[in-house]
Amino acid sequence: MNLTLTVNGVEHSLDVPANTLLTDLLRTQLRLTGTHVGCDTSQCGACTVHLDGRSVKACTVLAAQAGGRTVTTIEGIGSPDDLHPMQAAFRDCHALQCGFCTPGMILRAIELVEDGGALDNRTVREGLEGNICRCTGYHNIVKAVLAASDTMQEQSQ
Amino acid sequence: MNPFNYHKPSTLAEAVALHRDAEDPAYLSGGHTLLPTMTQRLAAPSDLIDLEGLAELTGIAAEDGTLSIGAFTRHAEAAASAEVAGTLPALAELAEGIGDAQVRNRGTIGGSLANSDPAADYPAAVLALNAVIHTDRRQIAADDYFRGLFETALEEGEIITRIDFAIPSRAAYEKFPNPASRYATAGVMVADFNGTVRVGVTGAGPCGCRAHAFEAALSAHLDPAALDAAELPAIDFNSDLHASAEYRAHLVRVLAQRATARLVAAP
Ligand SMILES: Cc1cc2nc3c(=O)[nH]c(=O)nc-3n(C[C@H](O)[C@H](O)[C@H](O)COP(=O)(O)OP(=O)(O)OC[C@H]3O[C@@H](n4cnc5c(N)ncnc54)[C@H](O)[C@@H]3O)c2cc1C
Ligand code: FES
Ligand code: FES
Repeated sequence: MNLTLTVNGVEHSLDVPANTLLTDLLRTQLRLTGTHVGCDTSQCGACTVHLDGRSVKACTVLAAQAGGRTVTTIEGIGSPDDLHPMQAAFRDCHALQCGFCTPGMILRAIELVEDGGALDNRTVREGLEGNICRCTGYHNIVKAVLAASDTMQEQSQ
Repeated sequence: MNPFNYHKPSTLAEAVALHRDAEDPAYLSGGHTLLPTMTQRLAAPSDLIDLEGLAELTGIAAEDGTLSIGAFTRHAEAAASAEVAGTLPALAELAEGIGDAQVRNRGTIGGSLANSDPAADYPAAVLALNAVIHTDRRQIAADDYFRGLFETALEEGEIITRIDFAIPSRAAYEKFPNPASRYATAGVMVADFNGTVRVGVTGAGPCGCRAHAFEAALSAHLDPAALDAAELPAIDFNSDLHASAEYRAHLVRVLAQRATARLVAAP
């Protein structure tokens, strides 16, 4: 089927089989391999991207369901020279070890901060309920999200 | 995932016709039950009929003691809706407690009720709030809707369009979430309609059910202690690696008491 969607600001028109998952479209067709696949069954959150600004598990969205919409992946939020504040905070707080969960964590964490609710240790942990990390024990991830939340609020003022 | 034909109808009538004419079709709503089932090849429909964008399935409105929620309403939309928070805060809280943020950004109330997972949250609310399930062809009362494990009153090809909840004087929902998935190991909603109490239970048995003896006890005396000796619903309590039947039965009473305590304490 023919599909047009915008990924990280670039419009793509593609011809894909109807059973293509958004993860496959991103990783295989567009070679955006920053979106990771951990479980393929909506449990782990490694595949989290933004679809029209909301975080979704891309392994559980059909490419067809993203037709006409806007997708943002980890490649679209910053660059090595100009990290997004959430990426910078993850680096500064040592919030990753193997890094497999990190792209999904970061995209969900950005939405959590942008939603504007009051954040503390408990609300960040609840907010990241859908993202599993096998390395860090979450402690430094929570620290990073709280630090980035401060930076993002300062920048938006 | 096996190949299938993908359809995106623009009217309800078109969706029903597509379903009638396809070999082994399935409706697609939020996809958060159906798509993982398909990636694991536990289901392989020939045709997927996407319900997104059907005007008949959208919208939230509160009017004349009824809160009406379109079937395509995602859990996050229900949780954030001013109409829901204003008329049925217990339902907003239930929606906010489903799964995780990403699941709530996709999953829909219609999909959840059509699927009728024994551990889903919404069935407790549908039963406690005496909801009416509207479909493309009829209205189904909550008490007639849940039939068994993943089994509902829906006919082949029938589409849920909206759910009308009766707005109670007050209500409270308490669940014991599975620590991994957040599905309800057990969940209980207690709703007070001017002294007449309804109690909806989920997670405990093959499908949602009411706790009639709890309702009688609470209608006589709205106090958690009224449930100390009240009879549990006569269902086959689920037993699995998460909880034994005995433990689930225990949870149903404790959660009903906690919900009652919150309801009584609410202003
Ligand atoms: C990790 C995870 C955690 C979860 N945790 C919870 C939880 O804590 N509590 C909870 O309640 N749920 C939970 N869920 C389930 C989630 O809420 C699902 O979204 C929901 O059960 C199904 O809704 P859907 O819109 O995704 O439906 P889909 O997956 O699109 O469809 C489900 C079924 O219903 C049919 N269908 C869909 N819409 C209609 C309609 N309008 N009319 C007729 N048939 C229809 C489909 O054909 C399909 O058979 C969880 C899911 C995941 C993946
Ligand atoms: S790969 Fe999508 S949730 Fe695990
Ligand atoms: S850093 Fe390894 S899974 Fe999170």
